[in-house]
Amino acid sequence: MLELKDITKVVGADTHIHPTNLVLERGSLNVLLGPTLSGKTSLMRLMAGLDKPTTGTISFDGKDVTGVRVQDRSVAMVYQQFINYPAMTVYENIASPMRISGKDEATIDREVRKAAELMKLTPYLERTPLNLSGGQQQRTALARAIVKNASLVLLDEPLANLDYKLREELREELPKLFAASGSIFVYATTEPQEALLLGGNTATLNEGRISQFGPTIGVYRKPTDIITAKTFADPPLNTIELTKAGNVFERQGITVLPVPEHLAGIADGPYTVAFHPHHLSLTRPHATAAPLKAKIIISEIAGSESFIHVDCAGSRWVMLEHGIHDIEPDTAIELFVDTRHLMAFGADGRAIGGSAGRGA
Amino acid sequence: MARINLDHIRHAYGPNPKKPSDYSLKEVHHEWNDGGAYALLGPSGCGKTTLLNIISGLLQPSEGKILFDGKDVTNLSTQDRNIAQVFQFPVIYDTMTVYDNLAFPLRNRRVPENEVDRRVTEILEMIGLSDRAKKKAQGLTADQKQKISLGRGLVRSDVSAILFDEPLTVIDPHMKWVLRSQLKRLHKQFGFTMVYVTHDQTEALTFADKVVVMYDGEIVQIGTPAELFERPKHTFVGYFIGSPGMNVLPAKIDGSSVDLDGQKVALSFAPKIAAGAKTELGIRPEFVRLGREGMPVTISKVEDIGRQKIVRASFANRPIAIVVHEDGEIPSEPKITFDPNAINIYADSWRVGGEA
Amino acid sequence: MEKTWNNKAWFMVLPVLVLVAFSAVIPLMTVVNYSVQDTFGNNEFFWNGVGWFSDVLDSDRFWEALGRNLLFSGIILAIEIPLGILIALNMPKKGFGVPVCLVLMSLPLLIPWNVVGTIWQVFGRVDIGLLGYTLAALGIPYNYVNNVFDAWLTLIVMDVWHWTSLVVLLCYAGLVSIPDAYYQAAKIDGASRWAVFRYIQLPKMKRVLLIAFLLRFMDSFMIYTEPFVITGGGPGNSTTFLSIDLVKMAIGQFDLGPAAAMSLIYFLIILLLSWIFYTVMTNSDAQN
Repeated sequence: MLELKDITKVVGADTHIHPTNLVLERGSLNVLLGPTLSGKTSLMRLMAGLDKPTTGTISFDGKDVTGVRVQDRSVAMVYQQFINYPAMTVYENIASPMRISGKDEATIDREVRKAAELMKLTPYLERTPLNLSGGQQQRTALARAIVKNASLVLLDEPLANLDYKLREELREELPKLFAASGSIFVYATTEPQEALLLGGNTATLNEGRISQFGPTIGVYRKPTDIITAKTFADPPLNTIELTKAGNVFERQGITVLPVPEHLAGIADGPYTVAFHPHHLSLTRPHATAAPLKAKIIISEIAGSESFIHVDCAGSRWVMLEHGIHDIEPDTAIELFVDTRHLMAFGADGRAIGGSAGRGA
Repeated sequence: MARINLDHIRHAYGPNPKKPSDYSLKEVHHEWNDGGAYALLGPSGCGKTTLLNIISGLLQPSEGKILFDGKDVTNLSTQDRNIAQVFQFPVIYDTMTVYDNLAFPLRNRRVPENEVDRRVTEILEMIGLSDRAKKKAQGLTADQKQKISLGRGLVRSDVSAILFDEPLTVIDPHMKWVLRSQLKRLHKQFGFTMVYVTHDQTEALTFADKVVVMYDGEIVQIGTPAELFERPKHTFVGYFIGSPGMNVLPAKIDGSSVDLDGQKVALSFAPKIAAGAKTELGIRPEFVRLGREGMPVTISKVEDIGRQKIVRASFANRPIAIVVHEDGEIPSEPKITFDPNAINIYADSWRVGGEA
Repeated sequence: MEKTWNNKAWFMVLPVLVLVAFSAVIPLMTVVNYSVQDTFGNNEFFWNGVGWFSDVLDSDRFWEALGRNLLFSGIILAIEIPLGILIALNMPKKGFGVPVCLVLMSLPLLIPWNVVGTIWQVFGRVDIGLLGYTLAALGIPYNYVNNVFDAWLTLIVMDVWHWTSLVVLLCYAGLVSIPDAYYQAAKIDGASRWAVFRYIQLPKMKRVLLIAFLLRFMDSFMIYTEPFVITGGGPGNSTTFLSIDLVKMAIGQFDLGPAAAMSLIYFLIILLLSWIFYTVMTNSDAQN
């Protein structure tokens, strides 16, 4: 169990990490999700012991390891760049952590071959990394992290420099690999889709603060504040400022949306109302849905789906619609919000009421 | 803007290529329309960047000709071809202001200063960097820098084509949505001929009118996003486009019926297949219906990815992926059916005509 | 990126600290000690305050030598930096030519100072030297022993020959680190050769150029061995640089006090000028 207690990191005048508390269980997969410079790498460096926190303590299985050097902790790290020893063969690259820890030759050989098999590197064991494709190089780095059998494995956007399809494949394999080991597995990414595909737990990060931590799908469905909801949305979250008055959300006296059942209990007043792009559609999702008027900005076709960017009374939204809808820019259309999935956030950004509604 | 003709182009990096495998780019022979938005899509090493560099003139093809609006430009340098290119990593001139960065291609071509000012002001407005015009380009964020790279391409009114080499790689996911839709809208408004290289299917499909799928130095299919999705010509296209990719199952074809390891599926047509060919059935996860009727499957895993669920299952002794809607139910005794219109039949990995 | 903290690191630096203490700090303190004392021999010293310093600063000899130093460094920098950049720009970026050029460029750097001096001393001799003899045969009067201009010319040509490679290698390292995309973009933007240099290569070489400039300044300002070997400071005092004068004073005349004061002044001048160059060059960077 890795426990971060009131951790902060201040460098000069910049606060990289605001006070953070986080407990990661053994054998768990934890995703750090946030945009570039949100503090993912800073946090990982603190976890690894590469940096010392300005305040707070880090403990591992109840033992304080705050000042302990990275070499004396059981940590493996894989970076976005493919980092291998260029002069060594793939075999020696994978074997290197075991050589340092002084394992016997037979164990090394067995472990290297096992890891190579898992990472589909067996045919390349005698090559040097420079003669491999990007995907193979990153597999080598991952295999090295596996054989190290570290209790904490940190992966800093490991798939970011790989091809889309390769990413898809490795993403499938990675959780399986680390699940068996009992290590704590921390995975940083900028992509909400990647977090969802990996599953496990997710901590959403923004400007050096963890806004929410919990089971991935739960954080996605029930964000506790608007920052989390925005961080965890791809395509981007649609939002609109509305005032609740009885059973409708209105703006300047004009009814915009009906208040769905799960939000009926919240007090009247101003809210930021939000929903995901796939809850906006060209067709009526249920009988009570009221149409909104909007103007097309641009339609993007992605195979079986269309991403339609619209301007709805000054709010810029994305609609994710099944099928192919290539609508010319500036066309006026009617669209519907599936209010069963509406989320409402107060002035302080906190989620209000039974937000996220059905399916949560 | 120009129509681009690729006339029997081949390219090998080594000298004296003989056999097909010596060529990094096997024969390409196509005409691309004036004002079209094309995406070159494929995994690394498929030849897409080679083809892009041949169009931009950074690379001379070993064989073949390239024509802009019917004019042979094969031997012209990049400068003389009048093209603009945006690279993977933003290329900006650090020591210049944002304004001077944008003015650079025009001043190099001795455009009068009042015209430069008019164009640059217009482009600054377009890429939303007007308020930073007089700032040094150095301190900007990655996406702002990439916008400048893009702006330098757009600033010249005379460009034949704008080429993009994986331009959104260094951009955060949220910003990608914004930049991509802006780019698409610019294309709609101004009708530039655009060629966009990427390995990301979403970028390719959303950006382009026509997607050129490449694999191992060859163009496998050119089609609209819908065509590539619904009628992949080759199993590679089926696999590469879509997430997860198409399910491809070994199949025995008997007239208009298919035998999938004992499970029979009826076809709406009788594919004509040469004797001895390896035959397969392709069906996209989106078109597999999970319910209480149909052929039995064993579910091994359900991935809830928010707006939909990906069901990983075993069917006819093969793994199969099924996409289920967010609110879709997963029955306790799962069975599947295939949408008959979405079935594709492949012989030796190439699609067999369904119109027969 | 912040550095890893590690207390053991201090133990690792300790040997170096000791070494520096013995090789630099303690001798320097000795010099400071000498510079403020006078002696009549017998190892008896008495306090002289800033006397030696004012003597040195009042002497024409010091200012003349300093003037020569500044002129020499100025000429050296004005030639070697542009020439180094020019050569680096024209070196091949890939292929077979790269190692050949690098080896050729490194050769002069591998030759010790006194050997360089001797080589040129012989090379320029009118009776047996290839250069001197050839020039004489062509009817060009050349004699570095009694002609001031020729002596300077020899020293400058020699230093350029010896040290331009350093600038070349540093600039080359800066140049090859520029990604191809920059050159491609510049081509597409229709940039001239000059514009590519001015807006891409020069900005990207800035850091290494700063290093090259400082190294060459410090080195040329401290030049000693070569003029000592070739001209011995002459003809007259025309190539007597501060370093040569210093040695004359300390060893030849055994004026330890003034020599110590002078060497401290010399040291402070180098420090001051280097600091000024560094600040000016990095400041223009910061303003961007």
